[in-house]
Amino acid sequence: MKRKAVMAVLIIITFLLQCTVFQTLALGGISPNLLVILTSSMGFMRGEKEGMAVGFFSGLLTDVFFGKLFGFYTLLYLFLGYGSGLFHMMFYDDDIKLPMTWIALSELVYGLSVYFFMFLMRSRFDFAYYFLHIILPELIYTVVLTLLLYRLIQRLNRFLDRLDEDTAATDYSAYTAGPAETDKQTEEL
Amino acid sequence: MKKRNRFSVPSKYIFAALVLLCIGTMFASYSTGFAGKTLSRICGYVFVPFEKGINQVGGWARSKKDTLDDLAETQAKNQELQAQVDELTLENSRLMQNQYRLQELEELYALDQTYGEYNKVAANIIASDAGNWFNTFVIDKGTADGVDVDMNVIAGSGLVGIVTKAGSNWAQVRSIIDDMSNVSAQVLSTSDLCFVKGDLQLIDQGMIQLYQLQDTEGRASIGDTVVTSHVSEKYHSGLLIGYINELSLDANNLTRSGTLTPAVDFEHLHSVLVITDLKQNGAEQEEE
Repeated sequence: MKRKAVMAVLIIITFLLQCTVFQTLALGGISPNLLVILTSSMGFMRGEKEGMAVGFFSGLLTDVFFGKLFGFYTLLYLFLGYGSGLFHMMFYDDDIKLPMTWIALSELVYGLSVYFFMFLMRSRFDFAYYFLHIILPELIYTVVLTLLLYRLIQRLNRFLDRLDEDTAATDYSAYTAGPAETDKQTEEL
Repeated sequence: MKKRNRFSVPSKYIFAALVLLCIGTMFASYSTGFAGKTLSRICGYVFVPFEKGINQVGGWARSKKDTLDDLAETQAKNQELQAQVDELTLENSRLMQNQYRLQELEELYALDQTYGEYNKVAANIIASDAGNWFNTFVIDKGTADGVDVDMNVIAGSGLVGIVTKAGSNWAQVRSIIDDMSNVSAQVLSTSDLCFVKGDLQLIDQGMIQLYQLQDTEGRASIGDTVVTSHVSEKYHSGLLIGYINELSLDANNLTRSGTLTPAVDFEHLHSVLVITDLKQNGAEQEEE
C-alpha cells in the first residue's frame, strides 16, 4: 500500500516536472522524456507488473492532458513498461550500461511509434527529417539525463525495495535506513 | 518472501486486458469523441494547483531575470526612444486622419469586426505538451470559467489556436503551429481563400504552411496579412494569423502555396485570451 502511494506520488511529480520545468529546459526545442525514463527503469528494476502499472498511469495522464486519441499514449507506455519488465531478470543493480541501453531503446521505440502512428499515418513521409530533428535529439537528451539521474533512480529502487520488506516481513523493520541500504547491496551481490 | 498475493494473475493476462482496454478507448475516442470526462475532472483537481504553483514560481524567476536584464538596456534605450517619441507624435497626428478615413471605408465594406466585440477570458499557460511532437498546451481556465471546446484562443494581436479539450478548471489548446492544426484563412488584401497548416518541420524556422491559395493571377504578395476566413466552421472571421513569407505557384497552375510567419510569438507565450463566444451560436450569446 505504502509502495503504491510512493509510486503514485512519483508518477505525479515526474509528470508535473515533464510538462512544466523540463519544457523550459528544452535545448533547441527538444526536451527529454522523463516519463520514459521512469516507466522503463521501473519496469527494468522491478519487473513487468510494476512497469506496466507505472506505464499505464503515466500514459493515462499524458492522454488526459495532451492526448489526441484517448488511449494512444496509455498503450504506448504500457508496452514500454511491460517490455522493459520482461528483461527484469537481466537487471543487475550496479551495472549502468544495461539500463542505459534499455532506456535508449525504449525512447527509440517511443519516438518511432509516435512517428509511425501520428505522422506517417497523416502522410508525413520525410522520415529522415523527423528522425534527425526529433527522435535522435530527444533520445540523446534523455540518455544523458538518465546518466545524471541514475544514482537517484537506483536509490529510489532500493527505497521501494525497503518499503516492500517493511510490509512483507515486519522483522526487517528493525533495520535503520543506513544498514538496510548496504545490506541490500551485498544481498544482491 | 513476496508470496502474499493469494490469487496472483499472470502479468501477461493483465497486460492483454489493459491493451484491449486501451484499444477500446482509442476506438471510442475516434468514433464518439470520448475523452474521459470524469477522469479529466479528477486530474484537473490534482494537477492544476501544482502546475499553477510551478508556473508562478517560474513566472517570478523570469520576471526577476527580466528586470535585471532590462535595467541596463532600458537606460540606453530611453534616450533613443525619447527621440522616437517626438517623431512619432508627428506621425500619429497624420495617422489619426487616416484612421477616420479607414473607419468610413470599413463601414462601407462592413468589415468593422474587431476583437472588441467578443467576450474574452484571460488565461495563463500552465503546462506544455509532454513530448516534442505536438504543440498543445494547458491553460488554467476551464468550463467553470466559460471556456469550452472549439473556442478560439488569441494573444496580443493574433490567433493562437483553438480549445480542443476542456476540464472544469483547465483546458487543452492546440496552437496553430501544431502539426495537426488546419485553419481556413484568407489573404486580407485580395480576399482569396487558403488554408493555414501547422508543420513540425517549419516550427524551428518559426513559420507555418499556407496552401491552396486560390489566386491564379498572383495578386497576393509577400508581406500580405492573412486572417481567418469567413467560411471557417470554428474560427471567427478576421482574426489575424500572420504575414506571408514566401509564395510559389503549385504544380497544378491554379493554386499557390508557401509559408507565413505567425503574428504571435509562440516561443514566449505565457498568457492568452480565450474568446468565449462560439462561432455557431455567437448570435444567441449576444442576446443573453
